[in-house]
Amino acid sequence: MRLLDADSRHTIRFQLNGKAVEGVAAPRMLATDFLREALGATGTHAGCEHGVCGACTIRLDGKAVRACLLYAVQLEGRNVQTVEGLAGHDEELSAMQTAFRKHHALQCGFCTPGILMSLSQLLEEEPGADEARIRDCLSGHICRCTGYHGIVAAALEVFEAHRRSGGESGRERTDV
Amino acid sequence: MKPAPFSYALPRTLDEALELLHEYGSEARILAGGQSLAAMLNMRLATPKVLIDIAELPELQTISRRCNHVEIGAGVTQAELMAWPELADTQPLLTMILPHVGHYQTRQRGTICGSLAHSDPSSELPLALALLQGEVVLRSKRATRTVAASDFQTALMTTDVGDDEMVVACRFPVADGNRQFGFREITQRHGDFAIVAIAAHSTENGVRLAAGGVADVPAAIDWPRLSDRDLSDALNDFAWQLGGNDDVHATARYRRDLVRRIGRTIALEVIDAPA
Repeated sequence: MRLLDADSRHTIRFQLNGKAVEGVAAPRMLATDFLREALGATGTHAGCEHGVCGACTIRLDGKAVRACLLYAVQLEGRNVQTVEGLAGHDEELSAMQTAFRKHHALQCGFCTPGILMSLSQLLEEEPGADEARIRDCLSGHICRCTGYHGIVAAALEVFEAHRRSGGESGRERTDV
Repeated sequence: MKPAPFSYALPRTLDEALELLHEYGSEARILAGGQSLAAMLNMRLATPKVLIDIAELPELQTISRRCNHVEIGAGVTQAELMAWPELADTQPLLTMILPHVGHYQTRQRGTICGSLAHSDPSSELPLALALLQGEVVLRSKRATRTVAASDFQTALMTTDVGDDEMVVACRFPVADGNRQFGFREITQRHGDFAIVAIAAHSTENGVRLAAGGVADVPAAIDWPRLSDRDLSDALNDFAWQLGGNDDVHATARYRRDLVRRIGRTIALEVIDAPA
């Protein structure tokens, strides 16, 4: 059993976007703050901090989840993917990121990292998702500036291209 | 929006978790998916000294169909139950309500038992447990006991779970193939807390209907097959019996009106549907 004392800071080791990382945190530290402040991975945004807005969505062992409802200590030994892990090693944008740019699916960009993480899981697990299913997935995110039409248009284009190519989605990285 | 300090325990077995609970009692909280609890911690509505993380305990990960019920372990997420291939045959009401429980992202960590333990008056799983007369299995270092749905939620967001007890599983009856099920809710946005949620199923001689989001706990009622007028009167009585409160989302009057209107739609839907 691990029992981590409230008043001490503890070393946490896990995989972040395919690389082994470690940092120290007290048990009450949110995973969002840990990623941003302890590890400098500021792509994950902290919005409402009670699970409603979706800006902090990351992938934990492949599942899109709220990082603000997770504590840093819960990342121990896990595989975490954040928006920084979507582009290729050559920094070429993923298919979804490219489509977001093309369709003006972001304006201020605050909600975008979380939305990209949710859509990346949906694309991997349900490439046949239709517009209703994509909108259902997006209902877990709040965008206050662009509106959702551009986001849906970008997602639809990538899902359609993914289906046409028989599951090969070009630059979409799915293995980390 | 940062939680007060707490210690974090990650037991490896259920016995270790129960031992910790025995030791810390009311100062400990069980953490499973954390989709309600972490929000409460962040807002400091809860300030436990110790969090006992049971999400990965191997003893709590199973969904098992017994002769007349399905038992769902406390580690099973809402997304896992949704993906269980036997769900639609076993209990169609759960298939209907699960897409309304939170969002895609919260269902991947949020658990079935956690939602029952949190017992928000407007959430769908406690409503389903009340309608279907399910059970909750509680365990402590001392003993295991089973609590009927009607005794589990005792008041607003309060359950019968003792300080040294935890929910280890819940049970929903396997649906009788002749029953028809219905569910509808009114929310501001899909996946948000329901302003009013109604679930119902046909019975041998009528309908059983439950409402969430109005009273402090979900309430269920049985009616024989009623005439059109008697159904309206029965729904009106039920709505007044539930009462309801005004809040930022809706007035009590609007809530009662939703009980009358959606209640009528769903009651007729399950009574009139071809078997």
